[in-house]
Amino acid sequence: MSEQQLNDKLVIAGKTYNSRLLVGTGKYKDLQETGAAIAASGAEIVTVAVRRTNIGQNPDEPNLLDVVSPDKYTILPNTAGCYTAADAVRTCRLARELLDGHDLVKLEVLGDQKTLYPNIIETVQAAETLVKDGFKVMVYTNDDPIVAKRLEEIGCVAVMPLGSLIGSGLGIQNPHNIRLIMEEAQVPILVDAGIGTPSEATMAMEMGCAGVLVNSAIAGAQNPVLMAQAMQKAVQAGREAFLAVRMPRKAYASASSPLVGTIS
Amino acid sequence: MQIQLNGESFDTAEGATLEHLVEQLGLVGKRIAIELNMEIVPRGEHAETALKEGDQVEVVHAIGGG
Repeated sequence: MSEQQLNDKLVIAGKTYNSRLLVGTGKYKDLQETGAAIAASGAEIVTVAVRRTNIGQNPDEPNLLDVVSPDKYTILPNTAGCYTAADAVRTCRLARELLDGHDLVKLEVLGDQKTLYPNIIETVQAAETLVKDGFKVMVYTNDDPIVAKRLEEIGCVAVMPLGSLIGSGLGIQNPHNIRLIMEEAQVPILVDAGIGTPSEATMAMEMGCAGVLVNSAIAGAQNPVLMAQAMQKAVQAGREAFLAVRMPRKAYASASSPLVGTIS
Repeated sequence: MQIQLNGESFDTAEGATLEHLVEQLGLVGKRIAIELNMEIVPRGEHAETALKEGDQVEVVHAIGGG
């Protein structure tokens, strides 16, 4: 039997994507591994960081954007490492110049280095400025439904609550809050941060998340390319399960085989 | 003359433009973005943007990140 074809696309800021897995490009051994893992993930939206060039270093060394080409992928520059709204806004403006006017950005304003927990006050300020400046903002936030709604109202095109701390691989620590956020949301909700294994990505998707953003779980695997493949399948499986709608939970057994006609 | 380039003192020629600076850094044709004294300078304006003593310049590129 052929697989049931779904016309199920992720739409962010008016653009349509087939893959609901977004991936980062950090923490890989080298650019070759980065490129191979990104390709194996099937992701179409790929995050990058914006950093000072190393003055004096060999300028001919390969660039990330040679491996992850903006012609092939939707590049999502992030503001990782920014601790103030002002720095995040500057970073986004540099990214827009870097990517020839491309205005989709991942906003994250961090609170402290130990937890990398978002600083919500600065995040809200930065989001307001960026939206007014014409950016399409996908925003990293905590799993607070009130904050998520506020960020949507400001005009963010997607809201991305953490499952748990960035790079922790601790999965989705508060699925109830993610559900509360989704209940009220009119924009795509993606779990960003915390996913450690494919089963956790599946869980997010089964809950009805529009997508997941994964970096460390792939880059930190012993075999990143294989893990990227696994993540792609996990996200697809979770999405299909969500659309299929799971069976109701029951307190007692319900036999799968008919109870009549047994030989005894 | 001295400018501040990516947070460090850097020596460039008197009257240099951003285009000259990009050449000096060996970054011609690379995917970079430049900020001069906190303002973005679009690529098309590098040639006509002259630097002066003490200017603060940031030259950035994309690297791996989540």
